[in-house]
Amino acid sequence: MSSQADNLHRLTLVELASGMQAGEFSSREATETMLARIQRHKSLNAFITVTEDEALRAADSADQARASGHAGPLCGLPIVHKDLFCTSGVLTTCGSRILDNFISPYSATVVERMAEAGAVMLGKTNMDEFAMGSSNETSYFGPVKNPWDLSRSPGGSSGGSAAAVAARLAPAATGTDTGGSIRQPAALTGTTGLKPTYGRVSRYGMVAFASSLDQAGVITRSAEDAALLLGVMAGFDERDSTSVDQPVPDYLASLSAPVKGLRIGIVRQHFDEGLDAECAASVKDALAVLESQGAILVEVDLPNLDLSVPTYYVVAPAECSSNMSRFDGARFGHRAENAEDLLDMYCRSRGEGFGAEVKRRILTGTYVLSAGYYDAYYLKAQKVRQLISQDFKAAFGNVDVIAGPTAPTSAFALGEKTDDPITMYLNDIYTIGANLAGLPGISVPCGFSADLPVGLQLVGPHFAEETVLHCAHQYQLLTDWHQRCPEEFS
Amino acid sequence: MSLTKDQVQHIALLARLSLDEQDIDDVVAKLSSIVDFVDQLQAAPTDDVLPMAHPFDQSQRLRADRVTESDERDKIQKNAPQVQDGLYLVPKVLD
Repeated sequence: MSSQADNLHRLTLVELASGMQAGEFSSREATETMLARIQRHKSLNAFITVTEDEALRAADSADQARASGHAGPLCGLPIVHKDLFCTSGVLTTCGSRILDNFISPYSATVVERMAEAGAVMLGKTNMDEFAMGSSNETSYFGPVKNPWDLSRSPGGSSGGSAAAVAARLAPAATGTDTGGSIRQPAALTGTTGLKPTYGRVSRYGMVAFASSLDQAGVITRSAEDAALLLGVMAGFDERDSTSVDQPVPDYLASLSAPVKGLRIGIVRQHFDEGLDAECAASVKDALAVLESQGAILVEVDLPNLDLSVPTYYVVAPAECSSNMSRFDGARFGHRAENAEDLLDMYCRSRGEGFGAEVKRRILTGTYVLSAGYYDAYYLKAQKVRQLISQDFKAAFGNVDVIAGPTAPTSAFALGEKTDDPITMYLNDIYTIGANLAGLPGISVPCGFSADLPVGLQLVGPHFAEETVLHCAHQYQLLTDWHQRCPEEFS
Repeated sequence: MSLTKDQVQHIALLARLSLDEQDIDDVVAKLSSIVDFVDQLQAAPTDDVLPMAHPFDQSQRLRADRVTESDERDKIQKNAPQVQDGLYLVPKVLD
């Protein structure tokens, strides 16, 4: 291999695109480099499926398209998809035994749009089962290892996507975020993770977990790459009834303005007890960097922040219990053998097919929706959700964007929190609010705590992806945290 | 424990979920801790608050009532555990 091919994994999407356009290397070379790295670093367990043959075919046709002057915006760029996006003709497991034999008969809109733009899919990434988890440890296919410290979790649920990008096995990955599942793993792996506004990106073909909270996004090496991908993914889709019919702005064009005059909200409650001291220091340093460029820091309150986790753990399990009812062993997926009758087939197929965390959420959801408890739990939670949403609205009356920590600590050890669901759930305290209120958010690397990456979260009002990406990009122009790579993978 | 073993077994039946006998005590304990945790919502004052079902004040979009799906039965049934003559097979429901 040439020395250039040895270097391709270090490039961002934007750099890869310009190198291909200049004829310095082909999509096939970039794709082969990534596939070789995926094989070499199999022990990270970041992938459930690697689609080597399809990737090489797609790379060759991308190279031909470019040669004939028909390069789409992602022409020849290698990417990976979280195994929750349906991919036609390719195994789509959601990290679950109940789907361990499911070959999707169609593709998600996100997958389709990226393929049409010329992207090359390398494979499908590991994840917490049905996206229910914050550590990637609930996957039927085993936990993913954090490239920064192999004894630690990469976060979750999009843990495979985050680890793959952090270890330079792929320049970018899709993810989904229901309570922080893009932003928290991005923070824990030193990558950039964008969760768009609810309804901005189609959910069609994304296996549903909690339908009023789920949103597709990306994990990348820079805000600029996230802007490039969002421009392709976003936009109205009539196949998703909650897709929003609003024009898609040119996200790349909005990156370049300086942050001078941008009003950044600092949430008083973010720096209360529970936040690791080194994480707090990194976040404060990041805010000082933005302030030095003329951004105006304004204190704001989110008085119901503490209630966001309990609210989420009523709303999300309730929606989960409804969505998971489609897995019944009758039409697709795992079916228990030698069922005595139909009820036995349902109960045992689901009992064998789902893991412990998914079962807990189905049971919690069934309980809070059951007769006599609906008002006390579900309706109450939907009211508190309204209060949380109003807190954000009030804050955005004074500021353009809210900044703070993405997660309370840097990456925790595998096995550390698996025995106590509540401790695990509290990991998402800073991220869940954006899902409950449907807001866009991004996590960008902003330092280290105990030699592990720390994330800065920026949250904007509905459809303010441009502001969030712009602020993140300007921060990345001034800092190099996002360029740090774990030594073993550099 | 805010939940009893009987309650959990009843919920599991409603959810069509078999639980291993050896796991039940652990499931009861962890579900109880989740219910205790979310109980802190009860203290929040919400008297005049409307429940929020959706992130925006948006009504459901309607589409024209026309056929948009084609017949892909064979393709879709490739994932089925058991089919015969284009029909899904399940354990006998009626004698």
